[in-house]
Amino acid sequence: MSAADFRKLAELFPNETVTHSYVQDIKLPAVKGSSPGTFALVTLDNGLDHTKPTTLGPNTLIELGTVLESLKERAARGEIVGVGVTGKPYFLVAGADLSTVKSVSGREQGLWMAQLGHEVYSTLANLGVPSFAFINGLALGGGLEIALQSTYRTVSTAAGALALPEAFIGLIPGWGGVYILPRLIGPENALKVMIENPLSNNRTLTGPQAFKLGVADAMFEPADFVEQSVAWAAQVIAGAVAPERANAVDPTEPEVAARWAGAIAAGRAFVEAKTSNASPAPAKVLEVMEATRTLTQAQSAELECETLADLMQTDEFRSTVYAFLDLVQRRSKRPAGAPDRKLARPVTRIGVVGAGLMASQLALLFARQLKVPVVMTDIDQARVDKGVGYVHAEVDKLLQKGRISPDAANRTRALVTGSVSKEAFADADFVIEAVFEELNVKKQVFKEVEAIVSPECILATNTSSLSVTAMAEDLEHPERLVGFHFFNPVAVMPLLEIVRAPKTDDAVLATAFELAKGLKKSAVLVKDAPAFVVNRLLLRLMGEVTAAFDEGTPADVADNALRPMGLPMTPFVLGAMVGLPVAQHVQESLHTAFGDRFPVSQNLQKLIDNGVKSIWDPASVTAGKPSIPAETLALMSFGDTPSTGEEVLRRTQDALAEEIGLMLDEGVVAGPEDIDLCMILGAGWPMFLGGITPYLDRVGASERVNGRKFLAPGVASEPA
Amino acid sequence: MSERPSSGSNTGAMPASSRNGSAKPTRNRTVREVVFVDGVRTPFGRAGEKGIYAGTRADDLVVKCIRELMRRNPSLPAERIDEVAIAATTQTGDQGLTIGRTAALLAGLPRTVPGFAIDRMCAGAMTAVTTTASGIGFGAYDVVIAGGVEHMGNHPMGAGADPNPRFMSERIVDPAALNMGNTAENLHDRFPAITKDRTDAYAVASQDKLAAAYAKDQIQPDLVPVATMKPGQGWTVNTVDEPPRPGTSVDDLAALKTPFRAHGRVTAGNAAGLNDGATAALLASADAAEELGLPVKMRLVSYAFAGVEPEVMGIGPVPATEKALKNAGLGIEDIGLFEINEAFAVQVLSFLDHFGIADDDPRVNRYGGAIAVGHPLASSGVRLMNQLARQFEEDPTVRFGMTTMCIGLGMGATVIWENPHHADYGFDIDKATATTTETGAAA
Repeated sequence: MSAADFRKLAELFPNETVTHSYVQDIKLPAVKGSSPGTFALVTLDNGLDHTKPTTLGPNTLIELGTVLESLKERAARGEIVGVGVTGKPYFLVAGADLSTVKSVSGREQGLWMAQLGHEVYSTLANLGVPSFAFINGLALGGGLEIALQSTYRTVSTAAGALALPEAFIGLIPGWGGVYILPRLIGPENALKVMIENPLSNNRTLTGPQAFKLGVADAMFEPADFVEQSVAWAAQVIAGAVAPERANAVDPTEPEVAARWAGAIAAGRAFVEAKTSNASPAPAKVLEVMEATRTLTQAQSAELECETLADLMQTDEFRSTVYAFLDLVQRRSKRPAGAPDRKLARPVTRIGVVGAGLMASQLALLFARQLKVPVVMTDIDQARVDKGVGYVHAEVDKLLQKGRISPDAANRTRALVTGSVSKEAFADADFVIEAVFEELNVKKQVFKEVEAIVSPECILATNTSSLSVTAMAEDLEHPERLVGFHFFNPVAVMPLLEIVRAPKTDDAVLATAFELAKGLKKSAVLVKDAPAFVVNRLLLRLMGEVTAAFDEGTPADVADNALRPMGLPMTPFVLGAMVGLPVAQHVQESLHTAFGDRFPVSQNLQKLIDNGVKSIWDPASVTAGKPSIPAETLALMSFGDTPSTGEEVLRRTQDALAEEIGLMLDEGVVAGPEDIDLCMILGAGWPMFLGGITPYLDRVGASERVNGRKFLAPGVASEPA
Repeated sequence: MSERPSSGSNTGAMPASSRNGSAKPTRNRTVREVVFVDGVRTPFGRAGEKGIYAGTRADDLVVKCIRELMRRNPSLPAERIDEVAIAATTQTGDQGLTIGRTAALLAGLPRTVPGFAIDRMCAGAMTAVTTTASGIGFGAYDVVIAGGVEHMGNHPMGAGADPNPRFMSERIVDPAALNMGNTAENLHDRFPAITKDRTDAYAVASQDKLAAAYAKDQIQPDLVPVATMKPGQGWTVNTVDEPPRPGTSVDDLAALKTPFRAHGRVTAGNAAGLNDGATAALLASADAAEELGLPVKMRLVSYAFAGVEPEVMGIGPVPATEKALKNAGLGIEDIGLFEINEAFAVQVLSFLDHFGIADDDPRVNRYGGAIAVGHPLASSGVRLMNQLARQFEEDPTVRFGMTTMCIGLGMGATVIWENPHHADYGFDIDKATATTTETGAAA
C-alpha cells in the first residue's frame, strides 16, 4: 500500500484547501565535534495566514504520505539521519478537515479516510530513522497524532490548544492516539486528554501542560523554537541525549493492567455523569482504549479504522460538526440579520438602572470588558451601596485569584459608581434597565430616564419575558429601545439575545451588536416575541415534563425521561436553579401569549405559595438519589393518567418541534440555525444534538409534527 | 609612546577633589577595566528577495543573538544585565521602536533590563560597544549587551533619509559623498598607487582567507543558527554565511562592471555587498566577569573615533587609529592583529599603505573580511571583535589587536584590545610595549 492508492478518495474532494508538505534538508549542528548528518525537515503549510488553520484532508494526507515515502527511501540510502515535522507559525496542524470528513458519504469512504491516515502515519513511525515532531503551535486530533506517531517530540512553551477532542466531536482519536497516548503518559493521564478535557467545554492543553504530562520530550521557547528543536534532535540522533519518559507504561505489566482497568472504569463514570451516554463517541473511546491494551499496534489500527468508519456515519458526529464549525465557529461571528457595523455609535459611558444582583453583574461585565465608566442607580443609598459593593467584592476576588492585575482591579473599581439620582445618566450613551420584571415598572423607569438622557442615548432592557414593543410604546424616541437579554450567570453564559422591536432603528441595533462583541458575547438577533428563543423553548420543555408529572407520572420517570437527550440537567433541577417563582412568572407570560401550549402548573404554584424552592430535596439531588420530601408531596395533587418515560420524551420532542416550527413561521429568528445556536450558547445544550433541530429531525419529531425536517440533508446529517 | 595620558585605559586613581580647598570628604573614583566576554552573530545573508532573510524581521535576528549569548554564558543571571545597546542605521520599521529595548523584551530578558538604539552608520555596533564600555569604566554598568543589525533587504541604504539641502547649497558635503561607492572611487583618485589590480587581488585573497577559515571551523563557532520560513519552501535553519563566493579569481573580478563610474575601479567584487545580519556581544567590568565566572576573551585598551572629508570617508580608520594608539600609549608596530572592515578594498589598502603594511600581511584579516563575508552596516563592528577574540585565543604570542572600520559621511573608528592569553597580560603597558617590540623585531 502507499498513500497514492487513496487517490480515488482524494478525487472526491477537488476543492480541499491542501496543506502542503515542504521538505528542507538541514545539516545538523555538530555534537562532540561532528555533525550527525543531514536532517529532513517537513513543514506543513497551506500558504494562508494564521486565520486559516492548516488541516488534514485526503489530498493533504496523500501529499504528506508521498513525501514521507520518499524520505523513507532516502533514509534507506543513508542520505538522511532523521526527519522532522513542524508547521507554519502558530500551528502544527489543526487536525482532520472536519468539513471534508462530515461530507464523506457512505461507510466505505469513511473507512478509506481512516485507513489513509494510518497509512501515512505508519510511514512516519517506520522511516528507518528517528522522526521528530516539533509542536510549534496548535495541534488538535489528527494534528497531535502526527506528533504522537513520531519517535520524539518537542513542544513550544507558547503552543496553545493541544488536544485530542475527538470524543467531543463524535469520533475517537483513531489515527493512533488512542493506542499510543496511554502508553506514553499513562492510562489515567491519557483519559484526561481523551475524555475529561473534551467533555469539559472541549478544554485543551498548553505546551507546558503537555510537556508536564509527558506528551513531549523537550520544551523550548518560541523565539528560537525551531533552531533549538533541531539542535536537540541532533543531540538525540548522536546519542548525547536520551529522553526520559517518567509517565510511560508497559501495558503488559500486571500492575499497569490494573491501572488501565481502573482508569477505564473512572472514565465510564465520568462520561455517564457528563453526557448520560447520549452520544456514542466517548464510550467508544473507552471501549477501544480498553481493547488496545492487549493488542499490537497493527491490530489496534484495524479496530480504530473500523470504529472511525462507524462513528463517521453517526448523526451525533455530523450534528457536532454542524454545531461546532458551522454555528459556534462561523455563524456566531457573523450574526444573521445584524445591520452594517459601520452604523454603530460609540459607547463611552453606560448607565444601569437598578443595583440588584442582575444589575450588579451587568455593571461588572461592562466595566471589565468595555472599560468605560458605568453608573448604577437605585431608589435608596443602601441599595446603591450594596450594588457597588458587590462589584468591588467581585473585582477583589478576581484580583486574589490572579485573574487581573492590581492596576486593572483599581481601574475596574474606579469605573463603577452609584447614585440615587437618574441625573447621573445625563451623559450616558447606553442605559440598560435590570429592574423588577413588570411592564409598568419598566415603562416608568424609561420615562424617567428619557427625561434626562440625550435623544441619541440607547435604551436597553434585560427583560426575559416582557414585550419590548409595549415598553417602547410611550417613549418619545421608541426607535432607541432594544432588548439586550443576558443569561445567568452573566459572566459565564456566552449568549446574548438582541431583541428588535418594530421601531428599533438600524444604528441602535448595530451599536447593540458591537457592544455584544466588546462584551465577548455571541449575539443572535431575535424578533420581539414572548420569551424570545431560549426561555420559550426551555419553558415549553419544562411545561411538558411538569404536565406529565401533574398528570400522575412518577417524579423520577418524568424528570429522567429526557436523559437520552443528554441535557446538562434534568427539568426539575433546572427549575430549582432558575427559581420556581421566576420560571412560573415566565410561564404565565407565555400562557397569556400562547395559551395551553404553556400550561401553568397548580402544583408548582402551591410550592411557590408555601416557599418551597425545589421539587426534589436539594440534598438528595447532590447525593445522587433524588427524592421529594413528604411535606412537599403533601402540597401537591396528581391526576391518574401517568405516562412512561418514552411517552414523556416523545411528547417533549413533539412539543419542541411544534414550538420551533411556530417560531420560524413567526420569524422570531432567521432560521433553525439560530435556534440551535441559542440553545447551545444560552442553555448549554449538547453539540451532539446539534443544538436541537438536528436531533428533532433525526428522531422524526419534525416530520411527525410539521411534515418536514428543519434542515436539508447533509447540513447536520448524512449527505443526500 | 612614553606619554601616559591621564585619561588612559589603565586602572588608576583619579585625583581627589579639593574644590575650594575645604576639608570635604575625599572622592576616589576608580576607572574600571572593561572586558569582552563573548560575541556571536547570525550568518550573514544577501539582501533582496532571494536572500536567506527575505521575509525575516531584523529585530528577530537580534533576538537570536541575545538568546545565544545567554545560552553560552549560563553563569550570567539575566537580571544582571544593565544595558542592551543595539545599533541600526535605519531606525524604522522592524529596526525601529528603540530596538535595544524591543530586542531585550523579545529575547525574554527581564523587564528590569533597559535598552536603547544607537546609530553611527557602519560603526553602529562598534559604537554600541565603546559607549557601553565607557559606562562600565565609569561604574554605571557591570554587564552589558552591545550589538547591531542591518537588514538591508528591508532597509536599503539611505531609504527614507532626507539630507539637508544646505549640504549642497553651502557645499558642506559633495552630494556624491552620500553614495559610498563614489567615495571609494574618490579614494582611488587620491591614492593613484592603489590600482584596480591591487584591489581585485586583495578581494580574491579575502575570499580565499574566509574559505580557509571556514574549512578550519574558525567562523562557525560564533554563528547563531537562524530558522527561517519562506512561502512554498517551509522552515530551514541557516548556519553559514550566504555572501561568500569561494574560488573567485582575479579574472572573474576583472570582468565585473564598475557601477559608480565609467571605466572606474570599484566593482561588486572588490567591495562588500548589500547584506542582512545581526551581531551581539557581552561586555563586563573585569570585576563583574570574575564575580560571575564569565570568560575574558579580550580586554579593552583604548578606542577613538575621528572625522575626515566625507568625500573620502574610507580613509577614516587612519586618524582614528592614530588617536586610539595615542590614547593607549602604543605604536602601530605593537599591534599584532588587525581586523579591519572591508567596505571597499581600496579603503583597506589606503590604511595599509599609510602604516606601511603589505597588502598580504598575515596580521591583517586572517579570516578574510567583509568583501567575502558581507557587511550588514551597523552590525559589522562586533563581527570584527568576535574574529579578533578567536585569533587571540589561537595566537597567544600576540598581545594587542585592533578592530577598525570606516564610516559613511567621513569617519573612522578604532578599538584596541589586549589578548588575555598573552604572557604579559595584566602587566603594565609600558613594560609590555618593550616585550612586544622585541617580539615584533624578531618576527
